Amino acid sequence: MKLQGVNDFVIRFANVNGSGSASANALFAKSVFRLGVPVSPKNIFPSNIQGLPTWYEVRINEKGNLGRRGGYDVVVAMNGQTLKKDYEDLAPGGYFMYDSARQLPADFARDDITLIDMPLTQICNREFEDPKLRQLLKNIVYVGALAHLFDMEFSILTDSILSQYKKKPKLGEPNIKALELGFEYAAAHFQDTCQLKVKRSNTLTRHILMDGNTATALGALYGGATVAGWYPITPSTSVVEAFDRFTGQYRKDESGKKKVAILQAEDELTALGIALGASWNGARAFTATSGPGISLMNEFLGLAYFAEIPVVLIDVQRTGPSTGMPTRTQQSDILLCAYASHGDTRHVLLFPCDPKECFDMTADAFDLAERLQTPVIIMSDLDLGMNDHICLPPEWDDARTYDRGKVLDGNQLESLTEKWGRYLDKDGDGICYRTIPGTHPKLGSYFTRGSSHDEFAAYTEDSDTYQRIMLRLGKKWQTAKGLVPKPEIQISDAGSGYGAVFFGTSTQASREALETLRSQGIIINTMRLRGFPFQDEVREFIDRHNTVFVIEQNRDGQMRTLLINECAIRPDKLVSVTHFDGLPITAGHISASIQQILKPQTQKGGAQ
Amino acid sequence: MSSPRPGFRHPDLPKNDLGYTRRDYEGAASTLCAGCGHDSISNAIINACFELSLEPSGIAKMSGIGCSSKTPAYFLGKSHGFNSVHGRMPSIATGANMANRDLVYIGVSGDGDTASIGMGQFVHIVRRNLNMVYIVMNNGCYGLTKGQDSATADRGSAGKKGRPNPFESIDLCELAIALGAGFVARGFSGDKEQLVPLLKAAIGHRGFALVDVISPCVTFNNTAASTKSYQWVRDHMEATATFDFIPPRKEITTQYEKGTTQSVTLHDGGVVHLHKCDESIDVTRRRCAIDALEQHREKGRLLTGILHINETLKDTHEILETTETRLNTLMEKDLCPGNRVLQDMMENYR
Ligand SMILES: Cc1ncc(C[n+]2csc(CCOP(=O)(O)OP(=O)(O)O)c2C)c(N)n1
Ligand code: SF4
Ligand SMILES: [Mg+2]
Repeated sequence: MKLQGVNDFVIRFANVNGSGSASANALFAKSVFRLGVPVSPKNIFPSNIQGLPTWYEVRINEKGNLGRRGGYDVVVAMNGQTLKKDYEDLAPGGYFMYDSARQLPADFARDDITLIDMPLTQICNREFEDPKLRQLLKNIVYVGALAHLFDMEFSILTDSILSQYKKKPKLGEPNIKALELGFEYAAAHFQDTCQLKVKRSNTLTRHILMDGNTATALGALYGGATVAGWYPITPSTSVVEAFDRFTGQYRKDESGKKKVAILQAEDELTALGIALGASWNGARAFTATSGPGISLMNEFLGLAYFAEIPVVLIDVQRTGPSTGMPTRTQQSDILLCAYASHGDTRHVLLFPCDPKECFDMTADAFDLAERLQTPVIIMSDLDLGMNDHICLPPEWDDARTYDRGKVLDGNQLESLTEKWGRYLDKDGDGICYRTIPGTHPKLGSYFTRGSSHDEFAAYTEDSDTYQRIMLRLGKKWQTAKGLVPKPEIQISDAGSGYGAVFFGTSTQASREALETLRSQGIIINTMRLRGFPFQDEVREFIDRHNTVFVIEQNRDGQMRTLLINECAIRPDKLVSVTHFDGLPITAGHISASIQQILKPQTQKGGAQ
Repeated sequence: MSSPRPGFRHPDLPKNDLGYTRRDYEGAASTLCAGCGHDSISNAIINACFELSLEPSGIAKMSGIGCSSKTPAYFLGKSHGFNSVHGRMPSIATGANMANRDLVYIGVSGDGDTASIGMGQFVHIVRRNLNMVYIVMNNGCYGLTKGQDSATADRGSAGKKGRPNPFESIDLCELAIALGAGFVARGFSGDKEQLVPLLKAAIGHRGFALVDVISPCVTFNNTAASTKSYQWVRDHMEATATFDFIPPRKEITTQYEKGTTQSVTLHDGGVVHLHKCDESIDVTRRRCAIDALEQHREKGRLLTGILHINETLKDTHEILETTETRLNTLMEKDLCPGNRVLQDMMENYR
């Protein structure tokens, strides 16, 4: 039986990297979005510039389930290298579209799927002169065909092309033609072939479709960042590239000069050093990197913690360890970032779950870092950063001012009645008053150092003084709890003994999985973590349940470890649900794992 | 360590144009070994800043880790300072300078800090032409970790342990010239007459100014077999030129004979008059400067003075085309485009 339904299926595009498929596939996803239908595209790409397999998986779900579902119902198989696997993994009842220029080998013999043979090469060779264009437009032709198969409003696609090529309408023409060719061929040959449809819906209203890195860059623009040091690394590169674009547009003075300094550094040590030097000197500064960069930045993070220098660090996590799978996703830098550097250190972490939160948390991170005079790390990941996500648009309150924290200006320095000490805790919150170089001709200078210092920033090897400073930093950590965003807690059933904890890009799939379980009568309360340090609410949530599932995308259950460690939780109470194959976590995996865990242990073999 | 210097000061101490005495440029009492070359360099920095009448609060001191990198605690006590981590001062200085282009940045590093662990950052700060004075207190060894050979130790030179260094040395000046630095000089901690004007000229230069100062480590590397000892340097140093540095707005009173004297006007209006010791060396030409260094090395001599000077280069801010206003003074209205713009922008994502 053919798969059927409206606004609920997964389509996978199998392409060769560098063949120009990305914009065609994005055109398809954007068109679904513009029909008001929830859609979540995921780019599964190789660490390579040209020639290796790449997939683009688009989930369409009227109900708004936007995590990866797993499996696919339609495949556009454009890559000979993966043809066999793309064919075999297609769901029963699914649809297999391929370029009929080459006949399918004899062992492609499934009888539970529908073949859609599109003469893509033939059409393009016939209709287009330029050989390079022929190659590129094949991708557009299949999008045109899909529009017919799924019964989509064709004008949505052509309008998208027109707006994309607004400035160069000449380039738009062949694209429109290719769309029409695909559509017409499908209309003539595949009438009523496909029973999966995409119909206009009013589910999406003000929503936007944006990748997290763009949103993060916007957050840095709005948050007032003026200095960025960086070193290229997937998947964080596009944060600074977008920041460069935005500042190029919105940060020019009257003479066209830039109100920002962006420096591509020689490595991540320098990238963070630049941000630290700038922050120390009173500018808002950040750097963006991924796991390998964080590893290199450890020494500087310790300096920033101990010398109390604000800085914002964006970690767009990817699959580790080491070089790992550089173009695949994971949430596996949690412990690294929480305790980065030698000695007793702890860092403030924020966990955005969608682009809007990337924007909000990045802008807030500058306030937090300056308020707390310490590094704040945004824990994004490849899935969030590089894939498009549907979310509400970020908003900016024009009355908002930047919180520059406890910085003394010249007048304040002059009006002090007692001796000022850079590391003197006057307010009892563990946060001291700092000064920016050049503030006053005579007052407020001090020597910043990563070596042990007293309240007046003087070098010391006195044990008592050292301990006092370390304990005061501990007090500051307590203050941080009141400033980082609280967890989002949902108690569906106050009597349930089960809770689930998740964060970041595990959120969508977790919610969907828990919904599925609920329909089976398993009620699980939820807590979405948004920041570290953990507040009392985090512990209370765990305390009120017998078993708490910690859902995350790494092998070792790093967030579980952090919770056990920070909230003094009995380890057997927290049960890991992990997913770490490098692809975004799926709802199916989560619900199946939890079902498996909940199965009575008396079954064969037990759960040892 | 940061206890103030003891001692009685005469009320009639000489004052500079800002009305400050030399004492206003001093720092805490040094804790380095008595006789350490680094302390003489600290004193030279104090003299240079005092004589140039720099506002102490307009200077930022940057350093890495090492005996040398400790010295910013011992000079310019009224200036902000940043003692960072080993070998990473250039990146901190870069960020600081990006935030506030108007301060005078004086960086202090050691030969270990610069030529080994910090080599990557060093070469790149030269390439970026960051506007700063970068002083290497070069003793050919790692003082703070008890005297191991550094990468600037000459092959065959031996310190206290007596074992001749088997490896080729790195000449930071030659390297910096090759990388396009606009001001490269070498001094000796034992020659204040030369060092103070060198530092002043370096401060007057806009862009990256390297001052490599041979600074004997009396505890670990001042032996008869060391080429970084007081004695060896005194016996082997030669200068490209003796020179006068005339700060901006000072009247030029001396007339110099044509031919032997070359004058270079610095960005801040100061002028360097070079009275050549060797007719063949033209320090304004990069190739010639490198040749001179190589020739002296082959002869076993140490070439000092201004080794290369080029006042035509753009510094980092000019390269990046950043605004003249200090970035750290920009406010919400300068930085944040507001919600209207944001919502307009959102149309691109629908
Ligand atoms: C990452 C790191 N590695 C090693 C050290 C130990 N260390 C401290 S100072 C130093 C060498 C300093 O030599 P140099 O820069 O020449 O300074 P000097 O003491 O000779 O003035 C080393 C290796 C350190 N502080 N940090
Ligand atoms: S060990 Fe050497 S470099 Fe360090 S303070 Fe003593 S003399 Fe100076
Ligand atoms: Mg040394």
